[in-house]
Amino acid sequence: MSSQVPSQDAPAIVLDSDSSPHTPAIVLGIETSCDETAAAVVSGPSDVLSSVISSQVDLHARYGGVVPEIASRAHVELLTPVVAQAVIEAGLGDHEIEAVAATSGPGLIGSLLVGVSAAKSLALVWDVPFVAVNHLEAHLYSSFLEEPDLDLPVVVLLVSGGHTLLVLMEAFGRYRLIGQTLDDAAGEAFDKVARFMDLGYPGGPVIDRLAMDGNPEAVAFPRPMYDDGYDFSFSGLKTAVVNHVRNHPDLVVADIAASFQEAVVDVLVHKARKAAKEYGAKGLCLAGGVAANSSLRERLLDACVADGISGFLPSRSMCTDNAAMVAAAGWQRLHLDGPSPLDTGADPNLPLPFLLSGEPAA
Amino acid sequence: MIRARTRSVEDTKSLAANLAELAESGDLLLLVGDLGAGKTTFTQGFAAALGISEPVTSPTFTLAREYHGRLLLHHLDVFRLDQISEVLDLGLPELLDSDGVILIEWGDAIRQALPNDYLEVGLTFIEGQPSPPDERIVMLTPVGPRWQARADDLAAAAGQWLEGPPC
Repeated sequence: MSSQVPSQDAPAIVLDSDSSPHTPAIVLGIETSCDETAAAVVSGPSDVLSSVISSQVDLHARYGGVVPEIASRAHVELLTPVVAQAVIEAGLGDHEIEAVAATSGPGLIGSLLVGVSAAKSLALVWDVPFVAVNHLEAHLYSSFLEEPDLDLPVVVLLVSGGHTLLVLMEAFGRYRLIGQTLDDAAGEAFDKVARFMDLGYPGGPVIDRLAMDGNPEAVAFPRPMYDDGYDFSFSGLKTAVVNHVRNHPDLVVADIAASFQEAVVDVLVHKARKAAKEYGAKGLCLAGGVAANSSLRERLLDACVADGISGFLPSRSMCTDNAAMVAAAGWQRLHLDGPSPLDTGADPNLPLPFLLSGEPAA
Repeated sequence: MIRARTRSVEDTKSLAANLAELAESGDLLLLVGDLGAGKTTFTQGFAAALGISEPVTSPTFTLAREYHGRLLLHHLDVFRLDQISEVLDLGLPELLDSDGVILIEWGDAIRQALPNDYLEVGLTFIEGQPSPPDERIVMLTPVGPRWQARADDLAAAAGQWLEGPPC
């Protein structure tokens, strides 16, 4: 998939869209990798003209997680109106869209296929370029939509239901993988703990809310791999919570939520901060759904102030899955690599291309 | 049925590694157990023994992951699959026909969609107050000819952790 391989001489993030008349500026982005059906229109690298998100959370809540077949069917039903609304809200007509970007991975295969197929069809009908976007790269870039002048390099802590990555971003397309989870993603730990305690789905917001009334020091849950490199492990912490609950049926739920959340946040903030120091980053950014967690936001910002670096927390709507980040990352990819071939497929396990880790991009 | 008791996370990984030594292309293993019982831990020990060096992460989000070692390993999580038709969507029939070993977390939920030829690995917490946090009962149940033919090897693989039937 040549479109996913960044050029070796990738320039720094392009901040001006003073492109030639032949270079597309208006990009429609489509995001369907999981349970949000989203479309957005950007003009240039960071000017968001519209961003529409239709969440399926209610559809999946009773199953305690995203059900793939339900997600795919809902994407099929929702995508056409969501795209139409994004174009209308941008104040444009279809003929003014100059390129179509879609998330091609990672994510649920059936869900990804809906967005990729729709984007290719629209590109063909409108006779404009199609560009495939890596969902993780879009998340890494999301901070720049709200703060285009962020000083590079930055360390980005990308934490969601499917991913936990610590990445040094030197430019768009130039990433170094610093650390990643060895088992469960941080958001997955929130979801699974919430499910075990019958708190509902999604687990992140529920635990965040409960934790506000709980004592974070009530239970000293383990901080897995706290001083052990930059990788993460949350499976053992999840098991520790399960064991504790099994042995203490009379527990206070808010205390468990607060103590569990404190353990996760301690590890995330500690490693992000250490990475920023070691790699000489000028700032720390949060990305991904778990970046909406209030304790994580507060603690990370405090750490940045203490360390004298800039901290950037995208708005909650930019943390969770959205198409504005996909459209903007698509604009960047288009300018780096040009359009993607129309036979580009969806890849549920698409890795982020790490140019600087010495590994070849997949 | 073989009943073993592992005393630590490392024990569970070692037992899984011993089973991986017995694995052949075309094998199917179902992992059954509650949240936190050690299904992913088991898979990590199993994968390491197949020579897979990359991290084996939870497949809950993408449902299926593939790793290359001595044998190809397909690691599936079907917890959220609501209907058997979704298992078909996941390409399970094609996987069953392909090379490699298939390991399915929460596999008991889709038994009716699987061939009657697999090893069921049950992982359970030890009951008691307080229950020992890292000890597990591991039940190995060979179903069908492939694994029943290796029943003695299975008992040997679980050797040091073997336990008699519960009193």
